[in-house]
Amino acid sequence: MSDHTSKQFDAEMEAIRSGVLSMGGLVERQMARAIAALEEDEDAKLIDAVAADERAINQLQIAIDQQCAQIIARRQPTAVDLRIVLTVTKVVNDLERIGDEIKKVAYKAAGVRGSDRLTRIRYYDVVRMAGGAQQMLRKALDAFARLDVNEAADVVADDDDIDVAFNAVMRQLISFMMEDPRTISASLEVVFIAKAIERIGDHAKNISESVVQVVKGKDVRHATAEQIRAEVAGE
Amino acid sequence: MLGSARPGAAGLTPDASPPPPLKAESRDLSFHYGNGFKALNAITMPVHEHRVTALIGPSGCGKSTFLRCFNRMHDLYPGNRYEGAIVLHPDNTNLLADDVDPIEVRMRVSMVFQKPNPFPKSIYENVAYGLRVRGVTNKNHLDDKVEESLRGAALWDEVKQRLNEVGSNLSGGQQQRLCIARALATDPEILLFDEPTSALDPIATASIEELISELKKRVTILIVTHNMQQAARVSDYTAYMYLGELIEFDRTDTIFFKPGRKETEDYITGRFG
Ligand SMILES: Nc1ncnc2c1ncn2[C@@H]1O[C@H](COP(=O)(O)OP(=O)(O)OP(=O)(O)O)[C@@H](O)[C@H]1O
Ligand SMILES: [Mg+2]
Repeated sequence: MSDHTSKQFDAEMEAIRSGVLSMGGLVERQMARAIAALEEDEDAKLIDAVAADERAINQLQIAIDQQCAQIIARRQPTAVDLRIVLTVTKVVNDLERIGDEIKKVAYKAAGVRGSDRLTRIRYYDVVRMAGGAQQMLRKALDAFARLDVNEAADVVADDDDIDVAFNAVMRQLISFMMEDPRTISASLEVVFIAKAIERIGDHAKNISESVVQVVKGKDVRHATAEQIRAEVAGE
Repeated sequence: MLGSARPGAAGLTPDASPPPPLKAESRDLSFHYGNGFKALNAITMPVHEHRVTALIGPSGCGKSTFLRCFNRMHDLYPGNRYEGAIVLHPDNTNLLADDVDPIEVRMRVSMVFQKPNPFPKSIYENVAYGLRVRGVTNKNHLDDKVEESLRGAALWDEVKQRLNEVGSNLSGGQQQRLCIARALATDPEILLFDEPTSALDPIATASIEELISELKKRVTILIVTHNMQQAARVSDYTAYMYLGELIEFDRTDTIFFKPGRKETEDYITGRFG
């Protein structure tokens, strides 16, 4: 995507692109820490680190958004450049929201510890869901880095799995809560965690749809995974 | 293409509304200058009615040459040769046919040039010129037409008190609008603009662009511009030309967001070199 007659323009475009990738790297690190916080016993340091990551992510979002505004104001980008700039502002927004959701996961993890066995069984399903969301995030960022529409289409399909897992967890928790009201409080914590993870999957899916838009010039939000696969396959 | 293949596909970019009828089209148009140079090669392109079509492309690609074919300007020099046709609708007249009078063509298809070129006459006579050539002598009719044309060119209020002053006293932007009024006076069906704002400051440029958007309600417009943002702002369709060929023609929003050809994308994103 390089080789503008203006080398400075090339440098500016590269700066926002690599800005997204470093922001993505931060979010991935934060996600790994939140999963560790879910899996391991109380570790206050992990939760502090997740919160610090979230603040750094917010700062990067602001900085990259400003760079995008500057490019629009000064370069009036068109075609692929325009699509990239628009996409970068959307992707950094999704990454920032993922950062928020991850922070929620880490904080809520503390609330579930020490609750009864049955709730904890569902809790392990949630940890698995988190692993799935982490995979989606990694693939979405990879698809963005390489502008790989096939990988982007995979992520959209993966999101359906996360949604299915979320619904299964919800159903089971609801029956726990109905059977034994003493599990309600702990179950609700797990619900919040599961919901946050499900949202992370949604944002990873948004990022992937943005990649399709950069490459194909088509807005595929709200399209099904199948439709996106067809679009990606068509030349 | 998504959407067109699966009409029910929710959330996919909907197909644009059907294009308006054709006002003209060039069919396999080639053009040779008197020195033998072939400046246009088999250009087939639609011109949609009451729309602005922008011609863009690097210097020397043939934009002006193409534009001038539409009003037979090249006839003014011996040895120039057209091949193919430019068909004007709805009457299906081939503007380039030998039995079509170039003077008549220029009544139906008027040109506005890059540098404002008012005649060394009064504002009034500049506008009345084309009508006088046509043999109109009735004073009332001329008065009405001059006012109507100056209004159409958004110049009336600025000059109505000074219609007898020479046109060259006006500012650059006003002179350009005077030339537009002159072009409008003969009620043309198509207006051709060759870089109409390249000699103007940004404010005068904005007012000409505004005028172009207004004028397309009355006429069909073809405009050559070097200013890509201008093409993006004023046109509904954009044609990208290179070395005498039409590389891509599409709706302007498509050309500037997702052109079909890599050559077009390289040019409009400034990767040409
Ligand atoms: N009178 C002429 N005789 C011979 N060749 C000509 C003549 N006028 C133009 N040409 C050649 O025809 C080609 C197209 O010229 P044209 O003026 O149409 O280009 P253009 O796209 O309008 O360029 P610009 O953006 O610089 O105005 C050029 O190679 C030019 O040198
Ligand atoms: Mg020219």
